[in-house]
Amino acid sequence: MAAGEHRRDLGGAPEVTATPISERTATATVGGGSAVLTLRDAGLSYGARALWSHLDLDLAPGEFVAVLGPNGAGKTSLLRTVLGQQRLTAGSMSFLGQPVRRGHRKIGYIPQQRLMDAGTPLRARDMVAQGVTGSRWGVLPASRAERARIDRILDEVGATAFADAPVAELSGGEQQRTRVGQAIAADPALLLCDEPLISLDLRHQRGVTELIDRQRRQRDAAVLFVTHDVNPILDVVDRVLYIAGGRFRIGAPDEVLRADVLSDLYGTPVDVVRTMGRIVIVGANEAHDQTGAHHHCDADPHASAPDEGRI
Amino acid sequence: MDVWSTIFSFQDYGELVVLVQNSIWAGAVLGIVGGLIGPFVVARNMPFAVHGISELSFAGASASLLLGVNVVTGSLVGSVIAALLIGLLGTKARDRNSIIAVLMPFGLGLGILCLALYKGRAANKFGLLTGQIVSVDNPQLTFLIVVAAIVVATLLVIWRPLMFSSVDPDVAAAAGVPVRTLAIVFMLVLGLATAVSVQIVGALLVLSLLVTPAAAALRLSSHPVVVPVLSTVFAVTSVVGGILLALGGGLPISPYVTTISFVIWVVCRIVGGRRDARGRDRIADREQPRPAAPRLQTDDPAGTDADRREGATA
Repeated sequence: MAAGEHRRDLGGAPEVTATPISERTATATVGGGSAVLTLRDAGLSYGARALWSHLDLDLAPGEFVAVLGPNGAGKTSLLRTVLGQQRLTAGSMSFLGQPVRRGHRKIGYIPQQRLMDAGTPLRARDMVAQGVTGSRWGVLPASRAERARIDRILDEVGATAFADAPVAELSGGEQQRTRVGQAIAADPALLLCDEPLISLDLRHQRGVTELIDRQRRQRDAAVLFVTHDVNPILDVVDRVLYIAGGRFRIGAPDEVLRADVLSDLYGTPVDVVRTMGRIVIVGANEAHDQTGAHHHCDADPHASAPDEGRI
Repeated sequence: MDVWSTIFSFQDYGELVVLVQNSIWAGAVLGIVGGLIGPFVVARNMPFAVHGISELSFAGASASLLLGVNVVTGSLVGSVIAALLIGLLGTKARDRNSIIAVLMPFGLGLGILCLALYKGRAANKFGLLTGQIVSVDNPQLTFLIVVAAIVVATLLVIWRPLMFSSVDPDVAAAAGVPVRTLAIVFMLVLGLATAVSVQIVGALLVLSLLVTPAAAALRLSSHPVVVPVLSTVFAVTSVVGGILLALGGGLPISPYVTTISFVIWVVCRIVGGRRDARGRDRIADREQPRPAAPRLQTDDPAGTDADRREGATA
């Protein structure tokens, strides 16, 4: 193992802290240990409009939670609050027993795939290296142990074949594999994924999902996975957090992705159809439009993306 | 024939080189500065900002010409103010571009006004815009070297976090990189680099020093060490070569510098085009693990779009 791996940890901060147990926190935590991420009565609103409120969530080590909901429901904003880039307007949030701060080495972040400009002076290998040495000052080269670690991670995410290709030359799937490698390079306790499968074809969606799933199992890292389509990750999800119209439901996929639950959440009849191993939510899009909850632009930076997905 | 002998004249060349050796040193130093900062300018999509800063730098320089104070200080003040304004007001690319477009003509106009009011020698005026072989005296050279050293030292210290936050601001911020502070520090450094470049190549042509060499290098490589090294070599070659060629003719230095730098870029583009084609072939190879896979599975935009629409549910 690399010597410097835990060097930047929280200076020996206690990882186990007594977290208040809330009645409302649904499912029992997987590991039984202390939660990686804890939200208590958390709320976020823009002026008068509440995105969500009274949110209690304990994310256990190794737990995979999908965050679903229509555009503008505040899914990405939830991730931004965890990253400390946005403050909660109510309640509290702690990561590894400490209040959330701006940026954290123990959080791995996997954004949407976007095309890298041709003028990006990086290869796939360098992108993974950024996860290890990217926030270090000075130009001293990475140590031998660090280089070995980068090679190992490239191998783990199946990126060895294109490790020395310029990032602008990677396909969408290859780029997302590299991003997973970058995110796990600092050995994170929490992986935040913001629509990492969007604009990937089905084969790559499956590949990247398997990769994230394997990493969280191996490293016991919790995963908070924002997506508009639960199907590619249905097999690996432990719990679903469904946000709509300022309210939310949390629980196992079978408990949340049901016609009665979602109809109640949207306040209008919604049907959940299971067909060919997939879940299709019918009517949510119209419900979303009727409730007038589409102040897309101010809330969700991805809201301008076509409202695909809700058929 | 007459024109050619004006453009390329090498009479008494040896004596001239000795006379302007300070300029040659200054050119080499500027080449290093431009070569090192260039990859960041390209990665942060800021070539237009460089142009905007250089116009304000021109305004500062001509104002100090009019007021009779040090021209270098004036251009330094102008470009640092411009850089900070652009950095603070334009955090998003679109805001930034319109702010630059607002500042730039204002700076140019201000500069022209000051030059029109200035009663001194006309050659000085023209030189601020298009560059000149001023006989750089020793104090001036020292000043250039000090500013250049500040720029290079700062860049070396912030190199990794700056590159991280330049190519991937969201991910860098998530990892705790102080993205905003770095953006301001970078603008300050860019302001300094622009101001010293204006001294040699002139305000209108700073891009040929701070952007073209890096753009050329990026056509050849994506290696994080090779790119800045190549870009520095290209920049030094352009400036020093430009000065050496310009010596004989008594013409401004800038056409020589910009032409060399442009030719390097053209060559790199041609060579880089072949490299791109090879890269595309390699992608195609990697993306086709099963030879019998149906054509539809490739990454053409229409195909993925259809996939997405079809696969998107819940």
